[in-house]
Amino acid sequence: MRFTLNGTAVALDVVGTRRLLDVLREDLYLTGTKEGCGEGECGACSVLIDGEVVDSCLVAVGQVEGRNVVTVEGLASQDGKLSQLQQAFIEHGAAQCGICTPGMLLAAHVLLQQAKRLSAADVREGLAGNLCRCTGYTKIIDAVLACTK
Amino acid sequence: MSDTTATVGRSVPRREGGDKVTGRARYTDDLAISGAWFGKTIRSTVPRGRIRSITLDPAFDWRRVVLVTADDIPGDNVVQLIRDDQPVLAPKGGEIRHKEEPILLLAAADRDTLEEAISHIRIEYDTAEPVYLIDKATEVFSTVEIRKGKVLEEVEDVEVVVERTFRVGLQEQLYIEPQGAIAIPERDGSIKVIGSLQCPYYVHRALKRALRLSDAEAVVIQAETGGGFGGKEEYPSIVAVHAALLARKAGRPVRLIYDRHEDLAATTKRHPGVIKHRTAVKKDGTLLAQDIEIVLDGGAYCTLTPVVLSRAAIHAAGAYSCPNVRIRARAVATNTPPNGAFRGFGAPQSLFAAELMVEHVAERLGMSSVDLRRQWMLRLGDTTATGQVLTESVGSELVLDAALNAAAPLRRADVPTCRRGRGLSLVFHGSGFTGSGEKKLQGTIGFEALADGTFRILTASTEIGQGTKTIFCQLAADALGVGLDKVVLAPQDTSLVPDSGPTVASRTAMIVGRLVQEAATEVKERLKREKAPLRVEKSYIQPDSIHWDENTYRGDAYPVYAWACTIADVEVDITTGEVRVTDLVTAVDCGKALHPVMAEGQIEGGCLQAVGWATIEEIKMKDGGYQNDRLATYLIPTALDAPRIRTILVENPYSRGPFGAKGIGELPMDGPAPAIIAAIHDAIGVWLDEIPATPEKVLAACASR
Repeated sequence: MRFTLNGTAVALDVVGTRRLLDVLREDLYLTGTKEGCGEGECGACSVLIDGEVVDSCLVAVGQVEGRNVVTVEGLASQDGKLSQLQQAFIEHGAAQCGICTPGMLLAAHVLLQQAKRLSAADVREGLAGNLCRCTGYTKIIDAVLACTK
Repeated sequence: MSDTTATVGRSVPRREGGDKVTGRARYTDDLAISGAWFGKTIRSTVPRGRIRSITLDPAFDWRRVVLVTADDIPGDNVVQLIRDDQPVLAPKGGEIRHKEEPILLLAAADRDTLEEAISHIRIEYDTAEPVYLIDKATEVFSTVEIRKGKVLEEVEDVEVVVERTFRVGLQEQLYIEPQGAIAIPERDGSIKVIGSLQCPYYVHRALKRALRLSDAEAVVIQAETGGGFGGKEEYPSIVAVHAALLARKAGRPVRLIYDRHEDLAATTKRHPGVIKHRTAVKKDGTLLAQDIEIVLDGGAYCTLTPVVLSRAAIHAAGAYSCPNVRIRARAVATNTPPNGAFRGFGAPQSLFAAELMVEHVAERLGMSSVDLRRQWMLRLGDTTATGQVLTESVGSELVLDAALNAAAPLRRADVPTCRRGRGLSLVFHGSGFTGSGEKKLQGTIGFEALADGTFRILTASTEIGQGTKTIFCQLAADALGVGLDKVVLAPQDTSLVPDSGPTVASRTAMIVGRLVQEAATEVKERLKREKAPLRVEKSYIQPDSIHWDENTYRGDAYPVYAWACTIADVEVDITTGEVRVTDLVTAVDCGKALHPVMAEGQIEGGCLQAVGWATIEEIKMKDGGYQNDRLATYLIPTALDAPRIRTILVENPYSRGPFGAKGIGELPMDGPAPAIIAAIHDAIGVWLDEIPATPEKVLAACASR
C-alpha cells in the first residue's frame, strides 16, 4: 500500500487491518505518536489524515491508502527548524512530561490552520480530545493563543 | 562564550523540551530492542481465596512461550518495600488477597501467540469471603497517634463543639504513559531494566531481592517518563521484577508494557478514607481543641500505606494553631487492589476534612470563614500539632492575602437553572520526607568538573515532567557562575549515579537541589586550587536544629512547609446536579520560584488533578475490582472541563532551600477540593461531606435538605 507520510511517499507491504499507530511506531520507527489508551479516549496517538485530527489507534492502516498522513515528526521543517507552535510549547511550558505533547501539537496545529482568530474557548474546544495530566491545560492554551498573534 | 547571566528565577527553555515537541524523546515503549519478546501478567479474577489449580491446556504448544511461576523466582518472593507481605507472584496453593493479583507471567515472540497462550490457561480458586468495608476490616497496617495538650473532653471553657465526618474516594494517578519496563539479560548474569519510573533505586532494591542479584548485577535505567504523580513511585518495582523474571527465563529481552485497561485495573490508587472531626471553640471563635480520627483503606497489601498515613495524620489539624490536639489514625487492609503513593500522600485526604471543618465552625458561630482562618492560622513562632515551632518561611497570611486580592468579583450565572458560588481553602504541606526520613536516607549526588570545562551532575532524581533536569542545571550553573550550556546531567542509570533518594515527597528541588548547589559551590572553590577533572559527592546532612521522635510523633515533622490559598468558583446546575469549576485562583508560598513557568505549570496541573478528584473522578467498586477500569469510563478533566487556573507565586525564602526554594510538588493537590465543596455550599446552600461531588451526590444532598 502507498500513502504520503510527512510529505514523503511511502510504500509498505503490511496487513491492512493493523492499527496505523502500530505501523507508524513499529514498522516506520516513528515513535513520536504515543499510545495512551488504545481506545480513542486520550488523543496521545493523534495524527493528521488529510488535515483532520484522528486517533491512530482507531484507524486500520488500510484506510490511509493514497492519503496524506502527518505525525509530530512532520511538524518541524526539513532542516530541523521548529515550527512557531513547537517553539511556543517550549517557551510557555506547554510540555511537561511530554507524552501528550505530540498529539496536542497536531490538534493545535489544525486549529491554527483552520482559523487565524481563536479565543481561549475555541482552543479548549479544539483540544478537548487530547488529555493532559501535567499542565492543567492553562499553559498549553497560552502557547496556542500566542501563535495567533 | 556562553552566557553566564544568572538563570535561577528565569524561565529558561526546558532541557528536554526540543525532544518532547519533535517526538524524539524516547519513552520506554519507544525503544526498539532487537529480539525482544512481549510479556504479559496473568492476574487473579477473584478478590480473596486460594489458588486450587493452574491448568495449561495441552492443545497449545507451550514451547512457543515462556511461562514464569512463583517457582521461577530465584530470590525472595517479595516486592521489596516496607513490609514483606506482597508476593511478586502468588504461589500455587497460595493466598489471593485481591482481584488482579499477579499469578503467572508469559512472554512470546509476538502478541498474537501471547493472546493465544493466555486463552489456554485456566486458574481455579477456592474462594473466601472478601472484606471490602473499612469498618469491617480486622487487619491494621499501621496506626499513628499525635497528642498536644489535653484531650477535648478535658479542656475548660468550651462553648461550642462541632462534629462532622468526611469521606474521600479512590483516585487514579492517570499518567498518560502507562506503566512499562523492558528487561535485558546480559551474558554476565546481570539484568538491565529500562522503565517508566520515578525511583531508580526502589526498583534496584526490588530486583536485587527477588532475583538475588548483587548491586552491580542489577542495573536500572529510567527512560523518558510520561508522568508519575506517585503512581510510578513503588509500582514500577513490580513491573520491573516481572519483566526481569521473564527475560531471565527466556534468555532474551522482554517488553512488559501495560495497556490502559490493565494499568487502571491493577495499579495503585489514592487511599480512600473516613475522617471524623470534633472541634471545640469559644463563641468568639477561639480555637480550643481538635479531636480527629482518620481511617484509610490500604487495600490488600501494605505498600507505602504507613508513610501515607503518617503524612495524613501530621497534616490533619490543618494550617492552624490549636493548643489541644488529638489525632488518631489507622490504616486497614481490605480485599481490594493495594493503594499507594499519589501526589499529596495522605495530606489531601486529611486537609479536605480540616478545611471543611473551618467552614462548619464558622457557620455555627455565624462568622466569616476567612476571618476565622485569620484568627486560627499558624504564624511565625506558632506550634504545630506535633509540637514543631515554626521558625521561618511561614506564608499563611501572605498567600491568603494574595489569593483574596487576585480573585475577580464572582459573576452571576447566566443560565436560570445554574447557581454560582465561591469557596476558599488555606493549606500547608511539609516539604521533604517526614521526620527523620531524610536523615536515614542520606540522599547523595555526585558532581564532576570535566577536563573540557563542562560540569556533570550525577543524580538518581528523575525528570517526570516537573523539571528536574532543567532546575538542577540552573542551580549548578548559577552556583558555578557558568552558562547553562556548560552543565549536563548524567542519565538516571543506577550503574552511573548514586542514590539521591526517590523522586517523591516534594523533596527533589529542595533537598536534592540544595545538594547540587552545595556540590557546585564546592567544586568552584576547589577549581581555584586544583585542576579538572575532579569529582565530589554530597550527601544530605540533617541540621542539628531538626528534632523528631518517631515513637511519640513529637517534634519537627518537616524541615519547612509550603503554603497555599485557593479560591474556587463553581457553577452548579440545580436540575442535573452537575458541578463545573469556572475559575480557580491559587497563591502559593514556594520560598523561591527557581523556574517560574515550571513552578506555575506544576501547580496548575496539581490543582486540576485535585479538581478532578473533587468533582468527576469516581471509581465504582464491583466485587472487589474497579468497575470503571477504562478511560472511557474513568474520566479526568479535559481542556473543556478545566477552569482557567491562575497561579500567584509568593516568594518567602527558606534559609536551607536552594536559593530559598521549598518543595511544592504535592501542595497544589491539597487545596482545591475543600474550596470546591465550600463553593458548592455557597452556590446552593448544601454541604457535601464526601467527594467526588458527582451529580448524584449533589442532587441527593439537595433533596435531603
